[in-house]
Amino acid sequence: MSPEKRPDFLISAEGLRFDGRRPDELRPIELKVGVLKQADGSASIRQGKTYIIAGVYGPRELHPRHLTLNDRAYLRVVYRMATFSVPDRKRPAPSRREKEISMVIANALAPSIFLEEFPKAVIDVFVQVIQADGGTRCAAINAASLALADAGIPMRGLIPAVAVGKADGKLIVDLGDEEDKYGGGDVPMAIIPQTGDLTLLQQDGSFTREEIMEAIPMGITACNYIHELQKEALKQAYVRRPEDGEDDDDDDEDSYDDYDDDLETDLGEAELMEDDE
Amino acid sequence: MGDFTAETISHIDREFIADLLRKGERLDGRAFDEYRELSITADVVPAKAEGSAMVQLGDTSVVAGVKVLVGEPYPDTPDEGVTMVTAEMSPIASPLFELGPPREDAIELARVVDRGVRESETVETKKLCIEKGRKVYMVFADVYPLEYDGNLIDASSIAVNTALLGTRYPEMKIEDDDLVETGKMLSLPIKNIAIEHTVARIGEHLVIDPILKEEFVQDCRLTMAVDRDDNFTAMQKGGGIGPMSVELIDKAMEMGLGQAKEIREAINEAVKHIE
Repeated sequence: MSPEKRPDFLISAEGLRFDGRRPDELRPIELKVGVLKQADGSASIRQGKTYIIAGVYGPRELHPRHLTLNDRAYLRVVYRMATFSVPDRKRPAPSRREKEISMVIANALAPSIFLEEFPKAVIDVFVQVIQADGGTRCAAINAASLALADAGIPMRGLIPAVAVGKADGKLIVDLGDEEDKYGGGDVPMAIIPQTGDLTLLQQDGSFTREEIMEAIPMGITACNYIHELQKEALKQAYVRRPEDGEDDDDDDEDSYDDYDDDLETDLGEAELMEDDE
Repeated sequence: MGDFTAETISHIDREFIADLLRKGERLDGRAFDEYRELSITADVVPAKAEGSAMVQLGDTSVVAGVKVLVGEPYPDTPDEGVTMVTAEMSPIASPLFELGPPREDAIELARVVDRGVRESETVETKKLCIEKGRKVYMVFADVYPLEYDGNLIDASSIAVNTALLGTRYPEMKIEDDDLVETGKMLSLPIKNIAIEHTVARIGEHLVIDPILKEEFVQDCRLTMAVDRDDNFTAMQKGGGIGPMSVELIDKAMEMGLGQAKEIREAINEAVKHIE
C-alpha cells in the first residue's frame, strides 16, 4: 500500500545504479530445481527481490479438446501474479497483461522443446509470481525452462532470459522495479544459448537503432551467464554424490567432492561479466 | 479438499486404508489425532506484502499474503474496516486442479477460511477506521496453494493467521482531504485467533489432518475453528455426502481441541522475530 517514490537518481555520479550495481551487473540469482512434490517438474527463482515458482505438468491429456494440435503437443503457459506480489493489491482475476506474458513466455520456451514427440497432448507450465520486483517475465522463463527439464520433457537445451533497459541514458542489465518504472525503457529477451538466436524480444520506452544493437549483445552475455547458473542448478538437483564407503570407480569422483567450490570459482560473476568489458 | 470421493482410487487402496484404520493405523504411520509435520515461515514476501507466510503441512504447502489498503467503508458499517480472505486453487498445486474460474471447492476453501477469521473477530474492524464514513483500512488475505496433498483448509488457516499476526502497515491520516502517512508502522488490531482443524470421517473412524488418499476415501469431513479460549467460532461439514452422528461430531470436537494449543504456539513462535 505504501506509495513508491521516484528515487533521486538511477545512475549515480560514480556510474553505479540505484541499488549499487554496475550497469552490466545482474542481481543475485538463486535457482532451485524440484521444489514442488505434486508437479511433474518444478523450479524456483529468486532474482533480487523477485520470487517466482514454476510447476510443469505433462505431457498429459488436453482439456478442452478443441485446442488439440494433431502434429505436436500444445505448450500451455499460465503466468499468474499473487495479489500480494505488488505494492497495490492486484485484482485476483487474470489480467490482460498476465495473458500476454503467458503467451510470450510460451513462445520463448517452445523452440527448446521437442513438442512433436507428443502429438495431441498438453504440456502445462504454471508460473506463480510470489513477489514481483521487476523482470518477472524473464525470471519466469529462467525458472520455467528448468521446471520443464526437471519434468523430463525432451529438450534441445535450456532457455535463459534477461531484460536490458535504459536509465539516465545508460544501458543497464536486469532492471529492478524502480529502474523499470522510472527508467527510459526495457528490452526483455530470451535466447537459445547454442545459436545465440532470440526467442523472446519485446521493447518499450525509447531506443535508437544503435542502442538496440548494443543492448542485445549485453543481454546475450548476461543470458549466457544465467545459462551457466541454470545448468548448475540442474546438476545440484540430479548429480548423485557417492556416499561414504561406497565403491565408486567414476573418474569424476574428485569433482564431486569440491562441487560447491566449483560453483564459486567457475561461475564467479565478476569473471564472466568481465569477458565482455 | 473438495469432494474427491468421485476421483479414481483403486479398490485395493480403499480396502488397504480401511484395513489399516481397523488396526488403528494410518497410511503414513500417524496416530488418528496427530498432525503431519508443520513448518511455518513468516514474512516470505517482505518487500511487497504487509504480511505473509509459507506453510508446509507434510506435503501440502500454501503461501498467504496480506495487503492493507485504504478504501471506503460499507454504508451499513461506516466506522468499521474490512477484512476479506480469498483463495485460489492454483493448478500448479495438483494435477487435480483445473484452469478456469474458481469452482465450488475453491470458493468453499476461501469462505471456510474467511469465516474462521471473521467469526472469531480475529481483526477488530472498529479499530481499522481512519475517518468514520469516509476512509477505513481494508485487509485482504489471499491464499495460494503450491502443493496439494490433502487438508488445504487447515494449512490455509494457519498461513492466513500467521500472515495477519505478522502484518505491519503504515499508519495513514487525512490531512486537507489527502491521505498521508504519519510515519508510524502499525500491527493489526488482533483480538482473537481461531485456527481451523479438519477431521475426516472414513467409515466409523475419525482422522485429523487427512492426506489426499484419505480424502479420496472419506465419507465426509468436519472443519472447526477453535479460538484462544477453546471456543468454536466456525464449523463446516463438507468433503462428501456422508452423514455424521452426534457421537462422532462430539469426538471430532475433542480431537480438534486437543491439537489447537500446539498449533497456536507454533504460529506465535513463527511471528516472534517480526518487529
